[in-house]
Amino acid sequence: MKGQGRGLQAYALLYLLFLYAPIILLPLFAFNSGTIIAFPLQGFTTNWFAQMWANATLRTALTNSLTIAVSASILATCLGVFAARASTRFEFPGKGGMMGFILLPMVLPEIIVAMSLLVVLLGAGVQLSILTVILGHVLICMPYAIAILSTAFSSLDKSLEEAAYDLGETKWSAFRLVTLPLVMPGIVSSLLISFTISLDEFIIAFFLAGNQPTLPTYIFSQLRFPKQIPMIMALGTVLVALSILLLALGEYFRRRGNARMGGNPTGGFL
Amino acid sequence: MTDDRKPMIECRGVHKHYGDYHALRGIDLTIRAGEFFSLLGPSGCGKTTLLRTIAGFEDISDGAILIDEKRMDEVPANKRPTNMVFQSYAIFPHLTVAQNVAFGLRRDPRGKAEKAALVEEALAMVGLRGYGNRAAHALSGGQRQRVALARALILKPKVLLLDEPLSALDRKMREQMQVELIKLQRQVGITFVLVTHDQEEALVMSDRIAVMFEGEIAQLDGPEALYARPATRRVADFIGVMNFLPARILGEQAGTATVEVPGLGVVDLPERQISRANPDDEGPTIGFRPETMTLVGPTQTHSQPRETNATIDEVVYYGDMTYYDLRLDGAAAMDGKARPVRISMRNVFGRDVQEVGTRTRLAWSPGSLVLFR
Repeated sequence: MKGQGRGLQAYALLYLLFLYAPIILLPLFAFNSGTIIAFPLQGFTTNWFAQMWANATLRTALTNSLTIAVSASILATCLGVFAARASTRFEFPGKGGMMGFILLPMVLPEIIVAMSLLVVLLGAGVQLSILTVILGHVLICMPYAIAILSTAFSSLDKSLEEAAYDLGETKWSAFRLVTLPLVMPGIVSSLLISFTISLDEFIIAFFLAGNQPTLPTYIFSQLRFPKQIPMIMALGTVLVALSILLLALGEYFRRRGNARMGGNPTGGFL
Repeated sequence: MTDDRKPMIECRGVHKHYGDYHALRGIDLTIRAGEFFSLLGPSGCGKTTLLRTIAGFEDISDGAILIDEKRMDEVPANKRPTNMVFQSYAIFPHLTVAQNVAFGLRRDPRGKAEKAALVEEALAMVGLRGYGNRAAHALSGGQRQRVALARALILKPKVLLLDEPLSALDRKMREQMQVELIKLQRQVGITFVLVTHDQEEALVMSDRIAVMFEGEIAQLDGPEALYARPATRRVADFIGVMNFLPARILGEQAGTATVEVPGLGVVDLPERQISRANPDDEGPTIGFRPETMTLVGPTQTHSQPRETNATIDEVVYYGDMTYYDLRLDGAAAMDGKARPVRISMRNVFGRDVQEVGTRTRLAWSPGSLVLFR
């Protein structure tokens, strides 16, 4: 029994190493003064970060990506709130099929979504820009947003909104004063997940951005130039740090919200 | 008893359809001001739907609902002079107790200090003085119930609607809250409409009770009348325990009936013991409550006019009570079916609990029988 336990422990360690070793390499080489990505490490430098900071195209790509991710996550979450509330509060004909179709893009190959969007947009004569990327990203973020928000809404007592309405509030103010604060952890989770999905999405951005760079498409284009790679490593380091910060922040707010409401989790993702 | 009070809620021919489902089938009902009124029935009988139409959460398909002599057709729930205590209590978990209670005062123009005084008064009324700053989610079930009551009563509604408010509490707490609710209702004088599936709860608390089956009111009466003279066999079966035996009608004149009951013999029944609303289509049936008949020992004397021999089939001991399932001699004579009847006896000092298989005598009076025909 004990031997088996140790074996499983080793397996788990190897598994984690396999998952995280590449990510640990990012900061190692980002601060390495050598231009070639190989051991042994040379010396310590922050040049790559400075180079990254000075790169104008990179900054455009970053701005584009942030614009897209923020817009897409807010749009997807707003639409998700409508859909999740409708699906958990009301019965209407064709509900099952409708919710199924909304969630379908989650399993649809992204390349197919991207291709068909491109065909439709070009056919309709729409100029490709970051706006079209936002549209595409809303489409692929929606299923995740709805899945998270549906959990948040369905774990909420239906009577709460009715009680507020009964006590003289309007339907809208009942939603704002009672439902919204209670599903806030779900909304934060939905925003975070949508933001993360959008930020590192490549295929749709590659197809629909026209000549505008986004972070993933820019990184991909730079990998052809070996001397740019240390700078990409620095960029990756920054992104990993930001992701960890963002998720920790989200989790902090979720836990604080839960504690305030008596540990009744309403659709946190983590 | 309360006939002189003015009507507070009037339902006139209220129908409710959900697609093909006919939830309320022509409800005519008057609830008087200051009454503690119960809607009683099994789940799915429409009692909660009726409550929700009164509250304004559901539209009605046909008919009219009046509250305090005003038609409510176009009045939404947030403008009706009713407030509701929900089955789940619907306490807002992100607010404190005081914020919960003060929720309905948000649109009230009165000043902060005045509102705080109202909240404290409402909390004191339900026995939660000083609980204002507690987080609502940290309360026990009984405390949540009290907060829900305070939150609804602070608005001084004309009608308080209670949707199975005690069903989530344990037995002890429930019995305590029943008494408290009765006292509270007397104190505030507001009309209470209670929905419950618990017949005991309805009997304990209500001035009048409407028993509902399948979207219709089967009987509307005070607790005693409902228990002693149920209008239909189904009502009788739903409220308390009632024994049923088939009856053969030998003759009828001027409202009275002479019937033969296997095991009990021939009895004459006056009009007030005969219920003619018996849609169950099971033929004439005699009903009686377990506590209306008495087991008598071999040497014991009794003052009841009638006596029947029986065998004890089963004994169920409850501490204060014992239930005996009996086989009456001759009960199977009509069609060969055994029809056990249940008799309850209070366990008093010096009287032994009988054993299974014992032959015994059963003393009874025709006055305790009800004929459903």
